[in-house]
Amino acid sequence: MQTQHAPSYDAPEDMKVHLTHPPKDLDIPGPTIVRQLLQQLQLTPEAYLVIRGDDLVTEDEVLNDSDSIEIRSVISGG
Amino acid sequence: MRCKKCPQRAAIKLPQHNISYCKDCFTEFVHSQVAKAIKKQKMFTPEDRILVAVSGGKDSLALWAILLKLGYRADALYLDLGIGNYSVQSRHKVDHFHETVAQPRGATLHIHTLAENEGAGVKELATMMHRPTCSTCGTMKRYHFNRTALEKDYDVMATGHNLDDEAARLLGNVLRWQTEFLDKQSPTLPASVEGFAKKVKPLYRLTEREMAAYAVINKISYIVDECPMAKGSKMLVYKDVLNRLETESPGTKQSFYLKFLDKQAKEQASTGSITSHDQQRLTPCQTCGQPTSMEVCTYCKMMTKAKTHV
Repeated sequence: MQTQHAPSYDAPEDMKVHLTHPPKDLDIPGPTIVRQLLQQLQLTPEAYLVIRGDDLVTEDEVLNDSDSIEIRSVISGG
Repeated sequence: MRCKKCPQRAAIKLPQHNISYCKDCFTEFVHSQVAKAIKKQKMFTPEDRILVAVSGGKDSLALWAILLKLGYRADALYLDLGIGNYSVQSRHKVDHFHETVAQPRGATLHIHTLAENEGAGVKELATMMHRPTCSTCGTMKRYHFNRTALEKDYDVMATGHNLDDEAARLLGNVLRWQTEFLDKQSPTLPASVEGFAKKVKPLYRLTEREMAAYAVINKISYIVDECPMAKGSKMLVYKDVLNRLETESPGTKQSFYLKFLDKQAKEQASTGSITSHDQQRLTPCQTCGQPTSMEVCTYCKMMTKAKTHV
């Protein structure tokens, strides 16, 4: 029997955000600015890099719903 | 945001320097900071053979990459600590970097495995000796990097300590007024006595965030996860405090550590050098011959204790 796919009228999906430390996956509605995203998550900008795809993004960049974002902790070592 | 040096889109903003750079200009900036560090602290020359201590993390792999790009003769040593999956992954990162970047440039990777040579991984050794794992790890690293550098005739040993590492260590020492440790915070430690290799930290001018950005931009695949043994470490607390200060007041970490170095350089000129201090207090270990302030060095004491448990 063939599977019937319903036409998708859903609202666009939220932005996918992956935090490396502690590891966490979040769906956050866009658009938002990198600086605001870090503030919203209460993260210190000096301790993180924001990466879209393979590229670093600066604090003034606009992030959209279609973006897949990694927020990578830069801290290492004991 | 645009790069301050060219019309390209900026990849990173550096508030402490009030500048933003594109990928290429940032890479150039990092190389120039390392070159400045090497020259200012008289670390080594293009003729010297360098042994880089690599862990699979961003700093040490980036350091190896930068030294090779700058034309230095840099080999590396990886110490396999035997920390479960973390060591498996970090070894994989080091092997991958060696095969794809270092070996094609003629560089060699040396590997020392604790489980094979010392009979157990660092966690098990620490348990046997009733010592914290991080302190046991530090002893193993210092001992083996120094020994390999001397046995294989390297002129200097380089580690990937960055500005955040040094500023956090300085904060920890100052908070406890452990002034006896401050003279070892120089980015260049001379081969002060027979049995000590010269040690340098060419990344001391660059922050942890800059080093992570360098690795991402230059597609260096490194282990992003933190060492599981570092959980609860005081160093991580100091780094967090310094990063909060840095966000509020850009340039804090740089002025804290670099001004300390300026002050230290002036004081050492008047009170005598690290070399003369070490010559006064260090003698060869009665077991292995490496310099120590005791009759038998910490590594040999630890290995004697470990053997009684096997």
